[in-house]
Amino acid sequence: MTDQAQLLPGTLDLLILRAVSLGPLHGYGILLRIGQISGNALLIEQGALYPGLFRLVRQGLLKADWGTSDNNRRAKFYELTAAGRKRLREETESWNRLAGAIASALSPQPEEA
Amino acid sequence: MKTLDSFRLDIAALFHREHMRSEMDEELSSHIQHRADDLERSGLPRLEAERRARIEFGGREKYKEEIHQSTGGNLLASVLQDIRFALRVLRKSPGFTIAAVLTLALAIGANAVVFSVMNAFVLRPLDVPHAESLYALQHGDEASGYESYADYLDLRDRNRTFESLLAYNATQLGLDDGKDPSSVWVLEASGNYFDTLGLKPYLGNFFHSADEHGPNSAPYIVLTYDYWHTHFQDDHGVVGRVVRLNKHPFTILGVGPRGYNGTLLFFNPEIFIPIVEHPLFGGEDLNTRSAHWVFELMGHLKPGVTPALAIADLNSIGGQLEKAYPKDERKMTFVLARPNLYGDYLGRPVMAFLAGLMLLAGLILLAACANLGSLFAARAADRSREVALRLALGSSRKRILRGLFTEALLISLAGGCLGLAGSVMLLSALSAWRPFPRWPIHIGVNPDATVYAVAVLLALVSGLLFGAVPVRQVLRTNPYEVVKAGSNSRSGRRFTLRDVLLVVQIAICAVLVTSSMVAVRGLARSLHAGFGFDTQNILLAETDLGMADYSTDRVPAMQKRMVEALAALPGVESVGFANGLPMGDDAGNSDIFTDNTTDLKPANAVINAWAYSVSPEYFRAAGTALLAGRAFTWQDDKNAPRVAVVNGVFARKFFGSETSALGRLFKIKDGTRIQVVGIAEDGKYGSVSEEPKAAMFLPILQSPSRSTQLVVRSKRDPQLLGAAMRNALRQLDTGLPVLIEPREGPMGVMLFGPRMATISLGVLGIMGGMLSITGIFGMATYSVSKRLKELGIRIALGAKRKEVLQAALGRPLKLLVLGSAAGLLLGLLATRVLSYIVYQATPRDPLVLFGVVLAMSMLGLIATWIPAQRALSVNPLVLLRED
Repeated sequence: MTDQAQLLPGTLDLLILRAVSLGPLHGYGILLRIGQISGNALLIEQGALYPGLFRLVRQGLLKADWGTSDNNRRAKFYELTAAGRKRLREETESWNRLAGAIASALSPQPEEA
Repeated sequence: MKTLDSFRLDIAALFHREHMRSEMDEELSSHIQHRADDLERSGLPRLEAERRARIEFGGREKYKEEIHQSTGGNLLASVLQDIRFALRVLRKSPGFTIAAVLTLALAIGANAVVFSVMNAFVLRPLDVPHAESLYALQHGDEASGYESYADYLDLRDRNRTFESLLAYNATQLGLDDGKDPSSVWVLEASGNYFDTLGLKPYLGNFFHSADEHGPNSAPYIVLTYDYWHTHFQDDHGVVGRVVRLNKHPFTILGVGPRGYNGTLLFFNPEIFIPIVEHPLFGGEDLNTRSAHWVFELMGHLKPGVTPALAIADLNSIGGQLEKAYPKDERKMTFVLARPNLYGDYLGRPVMAFLAGLMLLAGLILLAACANLGSLFAARAADRSREVALRLALGSSRKRILRGLFTEALLISLAGGCLGLAGSVMLLSALSAWRPFPRWPIHIGVNPDATVYAVAVLLALVSGLLFGAVPVRQVLRTNPYEVVKAGSNSRSGRRFTLRDVLLVVQIAICAVLVTSSMVAVRGLARSLHAGFGFDTQNILLAETDLGMADYSTDRVPAMQKRMVEALAALPGVESVGFANGLPMGDDAGNSDIFTDNTTDLKPANAVINAWAYSVSPEYFRAAGTALLAGRAFTWQDDKNAPRVAVVNGVFARKFFGSETSALGRLFKIKDGTRIQVVGIAEDGKYGSVSEEPKAAMFLPILQSPSRSTQLVVRSKRDPQLLGAAMRNALRQLDTGLPVLIEPREGPMGVMLFGPRMATISLGVLGIMGGMLSITGIFGMATYSVSKRLKELGIRIALGAKRKEVLQAALGRPLKLLVLGSAAGLLLGLLATRVLSYIVYQATPRDPLVLFGVVLAMSMLGLIATWIPAQRALSVNPLVLLRED
């Protein structure tokens, strides 16, 4: 657990959108899914998820509905709206561009070798 | 769409805050339970698993707060927060708040009242379908619409530009429905009247063109809804019933639409009868082309016809008629007018007056805004320390400005609502008011949605206006400087925005005070102008023998009996009568020709004179002095030579001088030669503001009339005398409707305009005065409180009272003088405009000038009294100890 990375600001929303893009999930499920798709490499405090979720609902990127979980408990399930799906696509592209640029900037340059 | 959605969520958030909170709780608990389930599966006991899950989750309250914030960039909530804060601030200074709200309530109320009247008089169209294409015919050379019936028929049938043309005339008849005979106002309407206007009956039927078959062929009545409601108690069985009009049987056909009160705004007739019945009641013959008795013609233009085209059409018909009947027709040219207020006759002066009033009311509002603006600026300066602290603590300037505007808007809306409530009360009183008991005049000026919208808009605009005054001040605030230096920092000696606002406001108020004084002086003068008759110790009994169907030969005997009966009452000095009274209605005009004129067409007339048929005693009873010659006797009857008493203007204009007129002859339209036997004093006949007019009096026996206006001179108590008179007349004929009123009664109509003008200008002047008091007071109080410490030091160093006062109040007083001078100048210029409305409004009246100066200095004295006392009572010891 100790080698988990701190989340960059602003990336939690992207992760939530990504997690939910695979199908409706409740809050705890989203957390598990993020752990699963990131190989448990990211440190997210559990409660910190919720302000993000509410914010995304308010922005119209997610919609929420009460339902019953596999554990047979009442839970609020989130899924992407059309706007959310579009936003996820855009954010993913721009993140990839940024990550590529940072990566290439940090990669060993010829004169260093 | 998105903003709308988020707004919806805002509202949902507001109203479902509790619900949301519990939902959020449930969601977070659900998360913890799910985590606990997982932990339990990995082997922990349930209790331990739940404890661990809660710890892992982190600070639950903290996250809840974060959630609130993430959803709570909630605009609505923050606006509510602003409002709550503003209310708290305003509550802390109730004096300021109340003064500001009242100031604005007065100003907005005044505007709402004036606008409402304007709306009802001018802006709102007549309440008939397609009012936009409805026009009234008006003479090209005069703002009136009288036509003869024969001309109406020609205009109606020959024009190609109107859908159809209706005609109507108003008159008063006695209606007897078997119970109490009463006099009613009647609209004599052409057969096509209701069809032209596109009205549908509420009950029964209307009469139509097809019902007219020449004179007196259509004895039908249509009741107005209101008359049916009040006199027939909504009786649906009224259709088909026969009632008597001046003793003639008429059948009730139906009831007009609800709320329809005739074609003339504010003149509400009670019944409609076909205009072809006019001769039945002793009216003019329908074929007489020279008798222009039909009140007004109007109609809808055909689609696509412009007013200009219609005017050309009418003028060409007029030209043909002039050629065909040169003896009877005056110049026949036409213009079209909006029907509401009898075309331009009333419409134009009323419009001009209301526009002027609206302008003044707007000035009041502007003055109030300037007033509040300077108060707000002063407050902002006082609060500069608070503002600085808030800025230093990280509040944004935007947020602080928002707070200030919220305060301004709250005050303006409160003021607006209060003002509107006041004006609604005033207006409903005005609407219920019947200014002239003898005329069916209703002033329906109840406010409608437009008025409310305008008032709220005015409130908002003025709130933004005076709220914007301190903006620059806040933007310039440097928190560091202010906190360091304390609140004593003074902005130099130059004129500040506040000073300018105060001068502007005082100038506006001085304009208002000047105009109201000019108006009051004008009215006072017009009331003391020589009327040419007495208004004191006179009681009138007005009746029309036609209403009880007296035949012409029975009229003189009845009139004599009435005079005798009234003269026999105790305390009565003399009794005369006339067919109509100066400054009353019912009087006629006559063209006057020289004795040797043979072609008696209107164009050859030398003058036009008011004509009254009077009894021998009339001059004594009315108090009209004879300057020369004799009054009439009962011997001046049908068999005697025709004689007349003329007034001074008549004599001078027609014969050159008063002395040369006696014994001379003149001719009237029917060719009768009349000899002048007396000269009466000049007077007022049509209106108080008229130019001197020619008038003549004829013996009642030589030009008889059934209209009988008895003038009773007596010093007895009018109440008692009136009852006795009514009794005496009732004993002569129980079925004769009689109106008893003081001499001013019929004059009310003439004096109404000037009186209303004076009252409204007076009210605006008083409001202006009040506004300048609060303005100067605010300024003076502020300047004293700002310099309290300085004053204390001055007093401590031995300054005299005069010097202290000069230091404290010199500046506000200087501004007052400056503003008053500017206002007085503007006001004097404005009286040129006023003179159109108010009789004899002359600005070069020393009394007015003196009055304005006196009023403004009184206002200044009142407004600076309290601050001056405060400045003088400064105790330097207490004051210097404070900081």
